[in-house]
Amino acid sequence: MARIELKNLAHSYHSKPKSEADYALQQMDHVWEDGQAYALLGPSGCGKTTLLNIISGLVKPSEGTVSFDGEDVSALLPQERNIAQVFQFPVIYDTMSVYDNLAFPLRNRGLAETDIRARVNEVAEMLELDDVLTRRAANLSADAKQKISLGRGLVRSDVAAILFDEPLTVIDPHLKLYLRRKLKQIHARFKLTMVYVTHDQLEALTFADKVVVMHAGQVVQIGTPQELFENPQHTFVGYFIGSPGMNILPCNMDKGLATISGSVIPVGAVHESLSGAHELGIRPEFLRLHAAAVAGTVKVTIRETEDLGSCQIARVKMGDHSLKVKLDEGDTVPTEEGYLEFPPKWIRIYADGKLVEPDRSLKSDVEIAQ
Amino acid sequence: MALVLENVSKSVAGELHIDNISLQLEPGTFNVLLGRTLSGKTSLMRLMAGLDRPSKGRVLMDGKDVTGLPVRKRDVAMVYQQFINYPSMTVYKNIASPLRLAKVDAAEIDRRVREVAEMLHIEDLLERLPVELSGGQQQRTAIARALVKDTQLLLLDEPLVNLDYKLREELRIEMRDIFKRRKSIVVYATTEPLEALALGGNTAVMDEGRLEQFGNTIDVYQHPQSIKIAQAFSDPAMNFVRGEVAEKTVKFGSAAEIPLQGHLFDLTEGDYQFGMRAGHLHLNRKSAADVAFQADVDLAEISGSETFVHVAHNGSSWIVQRQGVHQHAMGEQVEVYVDPSRLYVFNRHGERVVSPGNFQEVLN
Amino acid sequence: MKKWEDNKAWFMVIPVFLVVAVSAILPLMTVVNYSIQDIFGPDNRVFVGLEWYQEVLSDTRLHDALKRQLLFSSLVLLIEIPLGVLIAMLMPKRGWGASLSLVLVALPLLIPWNVIGTIWIIFTRPDIGLFGAAINALGVPFDHTAAPFDAWVTVLLMEVWHWTPLVVLLAYAGLQAIPEAYFQAARIDGASTWATFRYIQLPKMRGVLTIAVLLRFMDSFLIYAEPFVLTGGGPGNSTTFLSIYLVKLAVGQFDLGPAAAFSMIYFLIVLLFCWLFYQALLKVGTGDKS
Repeated sequence: MARIELKNLAHSYHSKPKSEADYALQQMDHVWEDGQAYALLGPSGCGKTTLLNIISGLVKPSEGTVSFDGEDVSALLPQERNIAQVFQFPVIYDTMSVYDNLAFPLRNRGLAETDIRARVNEVAEMLELDDVLTRRAANLSADAKQKISLGRGLVRSDVAAILFDEPLTVIDPHLKLYLRRKLKQIHARFKLTMVYVTHDQLEALTFADKVVVMHAGQVVQIGTPQELFENPQHTFVGYFIGSPGMNILPCNMDKGLATISGSVIPVGAVHESLSGAHELGIRPEFLRLHAAAVAGTVKVTIRETEDLGSCQIARVKMGDHSLKVKLDEGDTVPTEEGYLEFPPKWIRIYADGKLVEPDRSLKSDVEIAQ
Repeated sequence: MALVLENVSKSVAGELHIDNISLQLEPGTFNVLLGRTLSGKTSLMRLMAGLDRPSKGRVLMDGKDVTGLPVRKRDVAMVYQQFINYPSMTVYKNIASPLRLAKVDAAEIDRRVREVAEMLHIEDLLERLPVELSGGQQQRTAIARALVKDTQLLLLDEPLVNLDYKLREELRIEMRDIFKRRKSIVVYATTEPLEALALGGNTAVMDEGRLEQFGNTIDVYQHPQSIKIAQAFSDPAMNFVRGEVAEKTVKFGSAAEIPLQGHLFDLTEGDYQFGMRAGHLHLNRKSAADVAFQADVDLAEISGSETFVHVAHNGSSWIVQRQGVHQHAMGEQVEVYVDPSRLYVFNRHGERVVSPGNFQEVLN
Repeated sequence: MKKWEDNKAWFMVIPVFLVVAVSAILPLMTVVNYSIQDIFGPDNRVFVGLEWYQEVLSDTRLHDALKRQLLFSSLVLLIEIPLGVLIAMLMPKRGWGASLSLVLVALPLLIPWNVIGTIWIIFTRPDIGLFGAAINALGVPFDHTAAPFDAWVTVLLMEVWHWTPLVVLLAYAGLQAIPEAYFQAARIDGASTWATFRYIQLPKMRGVLTIAVLLRFMDSFLIYAEPFVLTGGGPGNSTTFLSIYLVKLAVGQFDLGPAAAFSMIYFLIVLLFCWLFYQALLKVGTGDKS
């Protein structure tokens, strides 16, 4: 088990990177705590796999260092780093039995056969593989094979971290839930540091204590699922997390008021000091749509409402900008036009994509979430 | 005029892929085929297109029997799961290809290619080759090619399944707008209930080669005729609990009895399966009429803006859909509440007896 | 199931049918025809039933040729398969080294068979051949034209030199097809080089090695050109393998009937062995104990 530290870490696949665009991974400094489960989440090409491979030692970073528990491991090979890795496609030793597969890493390290037996049996029981221990691994289903790959990491007592590279890609949808639960149980029991790469937000948010959201080679936010939902640090997080994503609107700030194509929206005293061009972000679930004008609301035209069964999504137009409003099932949605309320508690202001922290020293009658 | 399937069946190597389907699709309508993998969606589309000939039954187009008429001689376009474009042609030539084959004159081709490219937001990519495009752009090109010819029948077979979820979200909305203005009969196959709902129009629920129910999408969603249909058309899955009706009350295992009222009032005595949508289950009491069930948390799955709490009640697995992000420890004990007016009722054969807001009894 | 529109596809296949019919089926039927008749002239033929088969099967020279053939083919497999795998493992996996080594390895495959024979005749000549002369200089008497054992070894060397590259190419392709994740996982599991070979590379090469074994067995079982060019089956009968003997029978002695019967038997033997190998290799490493 280990704490993972990334110092001045950056990586380029070019030998002489000239500009930022040449970097697959922009410079970053992070500390990942021992025993926590982290998910690296982002669209394809965001650099999450590169980062995982740097941690596992399969890729040597072009700049900066990786340390496990304070020890610099940047120069070490994967086998010298005491990590285990589960790949996208199950890697098993076809000709061996399930037992021999699980025992393999221990035999390679010269453990006594009695110790191996005890350890393998314990892990097999945990993974519910005890019934198939004598079966040949090649003949099992994909989910069992993936459990075997995980088990080869778990049998070792010296493992610093277990890394997962989209491990549920080839698993049948109805078995994914079972494996996600198994992973959480294992994490709760072994308290191992786990790093999990995925492009699937459900998988990332369900698995991880902390989600590392990546975009264009950069870590844009590390936070709990709740923080990502309620307080996106970057407009990309607002867009990427949640379905539908956050509404992001260019606005002009002045004295605690945001002006968006002529409409004025009060954003609360905490943003009173801001002026000039910014972006206003608010999630569709926090907007309220009224049939009649209420103080502080903005008139919008309603383009269409989709009834999604458990909720409704109204697509509205405010000046040139489109917004989505999420309404409950059965709510009456006004037709043609309506009045949109922006609760200041849920308004987030961004400058160049980054969240502007509210200034809590400014007296405010509006409570800021958190 | 309409596309009509009359008692169409299709078997391949002794295996029944399509089982006696009759269906009428009107021009200018958007029709979703909803069903899990291998439920017969693709087979049915191939019969509609004329790629396969039905083993039994007839296919009529505009009242004319077209059974056995090869696809080349029909007015049909198709979009597939895979992004299929001509690799050596530019986006422009790809989109223009059906018109060139139809010997449309160059000026008209140009006008229509640009029009449809604009509709799909690929007007700036017309000179690129497919390899230079992202997955989403490739599929937009394929859709544009299918749209450009204004065919009588347009078939889309899970066109968004290979795109990542944000792109899927965007394209779904665009598709809804694009197809609204068409005179074609559009048929769209998907495995995802949410996609069917987002696209609107009509939905045909398919299962094991059979057509289970066809109608307005939201009507089918709200009033599934059987447990099978309710299961196929809910995401997350519908939750079920057994209940016994006697002396004008319902008793659900360990939970308290409730009196028969509202849409449940006419239930006759006997055993029923009560269906509850995940969104109608709550972890806090909403009203005094709510029924409460004891349950243990299995796993809380978080989608980003919603939490799906998997719980176990009396051996059955349920899902409680909650707005926002909530953490639940595995094994946590919870009370699950449901408003009786939200209950679906099915008989022991899995047929719907009543659904919320629907008082019509099933005949038989 | 009717494929009404696609019937045209059958017309497209007709040319291939014709080619196969003319090139394979008709000659085979001719051979069957010869093997059950005694032919004295175009208008003078007698049906003899299985007589030729009986005669051929009791022919001791054929028995000797068959034993010689089996020994030869077994040695070819025992040498070429491990050697080919070894060379493939040593070749660079990527970069210019990979291309260069592929070209070098493939060279023997590009040389016509009669040229190969000539090369080796000269190469192994005890007087001026590099190999022959060198070996003699070391005090080992070597002369493939006189010593049966030497001729035998020379044919084996030729075969190995000529065809091991094919095994190398197949094994190399098999190795390249193994996903990188397997090697990474093995490294993480602390596997030694030998363990990696034994538990990953070898099992993953099973498919291509099956093909290599089949091809090399069939080819070596049908060997003709090498011994023919070198010594014509001599000295004595030492390199008279099955096909050399067949040609001697058919062309040398003009015994068409027995030769045809022999051909049929030969054909069936090759078929039988291929089937046996195929069945055996399908089961290796699949855990199928049936």
